[in-house]
Amino acid sequence: MNLRKYLVLAGVSVFAPLGDSFLSYGMKQVGNISMRNIPDLLLAITNPWVGIGIILLLGFFATYMTALSWADLTYVLPASSLGYVLLALIARFFLHEQISLTRWLGIALVSTGVGFVTSGPEVTGRPPRHLANDGSVATEHS
Amino acid sequence: MIRHAISNLNGWLAILAIVLSSSAGDVLLSRGMKQIGDVGELRRKRGLSFVLSRILRSRYFLIGVACMAISFYSLLFGLSWNDVSLIGPAAASLTFVANAFAAKIFLHERVDRRRWAAALFVAAGVVLMGL
Repeated sequence: MNLRKYLVLAGVSVFAPLGDSFLSYGMKQVGNISMRNIPDLLLAITNPWVGIGIILLLGFFATYMTALSWADLTYVLPASSLGYVLLALIARFFLHEQISLTRWLGIALVSTGVGFVTSGPEVTGRPPRHLANDGSVATEHS
Repeated sequence: MIRHAISNLNGWLAILAIVLSSSAGDVLLSRGMKQIGDVGELRRKRGLSFVLSRILRSRYFLIGVACMAISFYSLLFGLSWNDVSLIGPAAASLTFVANAFAAKIFLHERVDRRRWAAALFVAAGVVLMGL
């Protein structure tokens, strides 16, 4: 792990909860969408807050893909889960949602789980035989 | 009361949909990106357009993105019914547990005791958040 990789993981952590929060704020303005008018979900993206949320989630996607290119899925997901603490803080102080003590405890447990996994190596799987970094034809591995 | 129950039910249905589609997407994307290799190094050697073309031609990547799109719209649906502090962590944490199994089975990652412990902590956290 080097600085570049830590920055990529930090990007994954920050973009995801920020994007979710913007989406949440926007969807509260859009209102409830019932099973009967599911197509309204497509129109929801015209709400500016939902739009900003989507842009942030695109940032998340780019950093997430980068991280997955050099680290295990079971490393990247938990390692970037620290963002949930950020999400809780955003929900509490900006969206003014009530977070009970039980939910805070849940968030604390999730964070502890993150601590477990990040103390280990980022790659444990078999190295891909074909690793086509030179652009040569890749073969399947299973 | 009934409205609250419907709101909760729709919230948890959305969470289920997010977990299933997101896990499938994560596994497919991870597999696709591992086949391509470290995109940072690849970009330095061959340039950004080469990296993007490699990614966009990956079958695993494209199907993975389709799964993520389903997951995204399930998230929007869920957020219109319930708080982000429940939907966000619950769906993503359950996805993490499902992914631990999926990564072991489909990606052959070595999910050791430390990673299983992490999965259990996250699962317990999710239960607490749902109470």
